[in-house]
Amino acid sequence: MATLAAVEEPRKTEETALITGSEAIAVACKLADVDVITAYPIRPYDTVMQYVCKLVSNGEMDCEYIVAEGEHSQFEIVKHASAAGARVFCGSSGVGWMYAMEALTVTPALRIPMIAMVGNRALDDPGAFGVEHNDALTVRDLGWQLVWVDNAQEALDTALIAYRVAEDRRIFLPCAISCDGAFLTHSQALVKIPSQEKVNEFLPPYNRGDLLLHPDNPITVAPQGNEDWVMEIRRQNYAAMERAHGVIVEAYADFERIFGRSYGNPFFEEYMTDDADIVLMGMGTLSISVKVAIRQMRREGKKVGFVRMRWFRPFAAEELAKSLQRFEAIGVIDRDYSFGSPYLGGVLAGEIRHALYPGAGKKPPVLDFICGLGGREVTVPDVQKMADSVYHAADGKAQPLTQWIGLRE
Amino acid sequence: MGRLFAIEIIYRGIFQKTLATRLSRSIVLAAHQEGKMGISFGRYGDSPERNGIPAKNFAIVATDEQTLQEGMAKYEPKQVDVTIAVDDTLCKGVESWAWYGLQPVNRLLKPGGTLIVTSREGPDAIIAMAHRKETPYNLAIVKGTVSFSGLWVYKDDHTDVRILGAIAKVLPDLFSLTSVQKVIMDQWKDAIKAESAARAYERIGTTTVRTDQGNPEVPYKFDFPKWHEMGEGIAIPSIPAGRNMEDPVSHVHGGFQPDRNPTFKKFSTRTMRPVVNFDTCIKCTLCWLHCPDSCFDVTPEGLYDANMQACCGCGVCEAVCPVKECVTMVNETEFGDNASQWEAWRNDKEGYQAWLAKKIESHPERSHGFRYRGQYEEQVPEMLEIARKG
Repeated sequence: MATLAAVEEPRKTEETALITGSEAIAVACKLADVDVITAYPIRPYDTVMQYVCKLVSNGEMDCEYIVAEGEHSQFEIVKHASAAGARVFCGSSGVGWMYAMEALTVTPALRIPMIAMVGNRALDDPGAFGVEHNDALTVRDLGWQLVWVDNAQEALDTALIAYRVAEDRRIFLPCAISCDGAFLTHSQALVKIPSQEKVNEFLPPYNRGDLLLHPDNPITVAPQGNEDWVMEIRRQNYAAMERAHGVIVEAYADFERIFGRSYGNPFFEEYMTDDADIVLMGMGTLSISVKVAIRQMRREGKKVGFVRMRWFRPFAAEELAKSLQRFEAIGVIDRDYSFGSPYLGGVLAGEIRHALYPGAGKKPPVLDFICGLGGREVTVPDVQKMADSVYHAADGKAQPLTQWIGLRE
Repeated sequence: MGRLFAIEIIYRGIFQKTLATRLSRSIVLAAHQEGKMGISFGRYGDSPERNGIPAKNFAIVATDEQTLQEGMAKYEPKQVDVTIAVDDTLCKGVESWAWYGLQPVNRLLKPGGTLIVTSREGPDAIIAMAHRKETPYNLAIVKGTVSFSGLWVYKDDHTDVRILGAIAKVLPDLFSLTSVQKVIMDQWKDAIKAESAARAYERIGTTTVRTDQGNPEVPYKFDFPKWHEMGEGIAIPSIPAGRNMEDPVSHVHGGFQPDRNPTFKKFSTRTMRPVVNFDTCIKCTLCWLHCPDSCFDVTPEGLYDANMQACCGCGVCEAVCPVKECVTMVNETEFGDNASQWEAWRNDKEGYQAWLAKKIESHPERSHGFRYRGQYEEQVPEMLEIARKG
């Protein structure tokens, strides 16, 4: 009898690999055994599709890998595949994400648990490739869950968590994982890759149940509806997003139990806040410069802390407001802009002020810093400058509510 | 606070991308063998890459997590322990297509740091090409033909492992030869590669470069305008039209020299340059017509002078020229300046012909990219022989 080639057993041990944030997400797709992946190149997102392609070509991953003719089709194809019961992945960056906008709007409405990676990139023009958060933020009102990560390990782990949350029948909403262009998408770091066994334990198969588009389950998806129907449909999505908070907490607790890696509060990371007078806030990889600057400032006796937002949708307003009331003043670093918005600030600062407004108790002043646009570095001296201004605000000295930092002026 | 190491790899875009990536990755992996942590990345501003344009990869390594963050808080390190130039002509200066001006190859080196160059040249030629530095540094040469290949292929000529062996020698605190060999075996399972690394480790020597050695020129730079000084609507003024040229002997005006961007010249992309025989030129216009960088100045008598401030060295002029040896591509290491060939010819035609003949002798001793079928099959055994024998 001919000897058959040994079938590879699922890996039971954790391994360490030197991979980029994008590659970490591709590895998560492999571990999650994603069924359908669509691609259309735009940097910095394209690093994910390239790595997925490599995994498929090398026989390490089995999925339908479709290169669409543009981002709109790219997102439409996976939307339909998901409706038919496939676990799906796609992604884009900057104006590519914008080109898909019509598909992006219908996806949460149909309760499609699509996972997308947004390689955050400045919107055109002037055709920069560097990070800015405005691309992902354009879907913040539509029913997309939005999460920001700041390192490759967190990218991999969050992708697994995102599948678990999005595909939970109580939720069925898409989730975009935002990865800062260059700093995360193009930087290789040492990442622990969990075993397939543990991933299988954490992530059940996608079961679309009563919403499965299949001949055995005759349904019509997205018929025309008018004013008699729309509000109720929107209210359902509102309820699903409301439930997402609790499902995220559950998923992180299970993640810690199975993988032994803890992220603490799922929604935001607090760094040196226990005794902090003031805090800075922000999303994504600017956390590294901020943490380094905070360690320097603490050596000078300045008690500065940092709160890094992970989940922007759902927004953990109550927990955040409770935490932020401990501080004398808050400085929000916006790697985005919202021209003409209240106090001409960025998106995150507006949300933070909003979160603080209804609660009882102290309302610390919130300053906004527009910084690091188009991939510009947020430097340690930039962070020190921001912290100094926040200290002045804490001391009751008038400070401009919105300041541009790191600008040539 | 632990120790932070930074290594930069300066390479030629597209042709050496895989080489540079393999180097920066292997540096991090070799250091990780000794319990250090690190990251490996390419300079994002260099991307998307263009053929031959100088680009950079970095490996940042630290003895602990917090120290690594100190290194990561600056996207591009301000100082490096080792600079690796995988093409000797990069020593003339590095101008990224992201418009940073011309930067000396040794700009980021710490005092006493080491510049590792792959080259067939000796230390004197390399030192003469590099700009002067205010602090002494060391030069180490990994002997061999400069390794060029395409973007999606890799020419496996042991350049990467030989450089890794050299790093273990010049910066032993980063990693040992044993760690390099372990990483080579883990990644490529090739004992001959591990042996090449060991030979490079044994052979590599360094020369100290003094502050009075090197190219004394001040490289051109570029100052960014403030936000309110910039035009609105992302509109920028065009480069003005050109002007007549002046004959250095007769002082006759004529021909046409286009104006060029004074702060974005691109000539550091060049690894070979065209030399022109003005006595055999038939003024057919083909070089001028085909040059993708409009680098040919039209002289008052209707000849074509390749302007070395603008030439990227692509070789199209040589390819389209119908006259034998009228335009010949020559290794860029053979030249010490960007002076006009036409002016030299006008001033001394006999002297120019002698100079030209001498330059053409060294053709062809290098090529970029993939030029003909069977090229790698010829080059790889040569390089392996150098790796073995030195």
